Amino acid sequence: MKILVTVKEVAAVDDEFEIDGLAIDDRYVTADLNEWDEYAVEAAVQIKEAHDDVEVVTATVGPSETDETIRQALAKGADRAIRVWDDALDDAGLLDPETKAEVLAAVAAEEDPDLVLTGVQSADDGFGATGVTLADKLDMEWGAVVNNLDLDLEAGVASVHRELEGGVEELTDIEIPAVLTIQTGINDPRYASLRGIRQAQSKELAEYSLADIGLDAAGIESPLEQTSLYEPETEGEATVFEGSPEETATELAELLAEKGVTS
Amino acid sequence: MSVLAIAEHRRGELRPVSLEQLAAGRELADELGGELHTAVIGGDVEAFGADLNREGVDTVHTVDIGEEFNHDVYTQVVTQLATELDPTVLLMPNSVNGLDYAPAVANRLDRPLVTDVVDIDAEDGLTATRELYGSKVETTIDVHADQAAVTIRPAEWPTVEADGDAAIEAFDATIDESAVKSTVKGFEEVGGGDIDITDADVLVSVGRGIEEEENLDIIHDLADALDATVSGSRPLIDNGWLAKDRQVGQSGKVVTPDVYIAIGISGAVQHVAGMKGSDTIVAINTDPNAPIFDIADYGIQDDLFEVVPALTEQFQ
Repeated sequence: MKILVTVKEVAAVDDEFEIDGLAIDDRYVTADLNEWDEYAVEAAVQIKEAHDDVEVVTATVGPSETDETIRQALAKGADRAIRVWDDALDDAGLLDPETKAEVLAAVAAEEDPDLVLTGVQSADDGFGATGVTLADKLDMEWGAVVNNLDLDLEAGVASVHRELEGGVEELTDIEIPAVLTIQTGINDPRYASLRGIRQAQSKELAEYSLADIGLDAAGIESPLEQTSLYEPETEGEATVFEGSPEETATELAELLAEKGVTS
Repeated sequence: MSVLAIAEHRRGELRPVSLEQLAAGRELADELGGELHTAVIGGDVEAFGADLNREGVDTVHTVDIGEEFNHDVYTQVVTQLATELDPTVLLMPNSVNGLDYAPAVANRLDRPLVTDVVDIDAEDGLTATRELYGSKVETTIDVHADQAAVTIRPAEWPTVEADGDAAIEAFDATIDESAVKSTVKGFEEVGGGDIDITDADVLVSVGRGIEEEENLDIIHDLADALDATVSGSRPLIDNGWLAKDRQVGQSGKVVTPDVYIAIGISGAVQHVAGMKGSDTIVAINTDPNAPIFDIADYGIQDDLFEVVPALTEQFQ
């Protein structure tokens, strides 16, 4: 069996930052593997460990600078990685979920996985839509926001919990092959071992252009255009206590006492 | 140039976002100079349809099929509704269920999809406002297409309360059963511990800023000193440092204590959804730009590891 995990490198932004045009100034961002995708990778590696003959392949859409981040998934147990990039993607501007899904679908068509796992959303744009779009393009079944996964390979069914709002979970049986978008908390993602990090260096990381996966670069066009980026005006009217921790704690204690909070 | 908004319901209740979409949808329809349609799929469609008949709605479409949400059914029905009604903007909720069918519908209709929109304008082409990097920045996006699919963030628009005089029409959808490949078996309430954080008068709530599980001692000490209950934001529960029934937020509990003390919590929208109704909100966080300060009544912008023990001492 083969599991494809689609992953993304995202930028974490410092508390204090500056905006440069339509992006956060590079000096204030740190690249990392998307948190949700870490849980998806862990879910795939756990399935590999529980069954015989499971291959875990990761796929990402991103430039060569993302290789180091993508290798984190290899260090945690994925077998090989695929990275797709192209000048046409660079020029397309804001990549909408449909464009990303189109690229990932071409990879998936080549790989023919039995199960596709991905994070619910990315920590940067947070569209939360690539996984389900991908499923529909592949004519696969899907499940969004999965926080519990029990795979019955013989029956060809994934029994999942979908995390709804308000502390309610939906219990659903999904026919595989399927795309599942994985929610944080579904497992406890491992840290890469030193041995894993060493091994990751020698694992295959294939780089493809759009033409390599059978897509026409001329057909890549995002319908979404980002026109501005700004810090939202704070709506806050919080009374901020100033001073040393002892001083602010004293002021807060007085306030709490006024509100009727007592020991 | 119409707008079609798809309602959401669960276990017999229409969810509030269904009525918020009517506010967003009416604004858009006015800008487009067209009608506002809304549709409800499954459950007691007669009652839901009557409930959706609010001010500004031109037509309510009821689709009597199934009881609860099933994404394969919704995907087929919404695709058929949108093909029939041909709305300029197809509105859906940016909820867990909305994100389980909206991307598939947009793909089938070949419409661009913009999700988690907090503001939208159709005056001069479609422009949507979204938040990035966990609400740190906002961005505006021009949609270069004649028709689009949009999911709107819950609780950003008011619900439309006034009654309307919409036409209520039954819509006949055709379901290809062979394409329904998932089955909802039931629902489960999470938690079930002996603590009900929704009952607490004072909550000491802790977030990612606590860094390590061992550091939670100072939080428990403060809660003991204040005779308060400990709750937390999502990362604490994901890490297994607090039980699931202690989670405040969209996927956890909605709490409305007299005093909510948010410690090391940045205030992501999912968390705020669960605590913004608290009487008094106090935030302790090193990051002065943290969104939690937007809704806090009182704040301390300093290191929680110094402030929290100092505060505990005041009550001992």
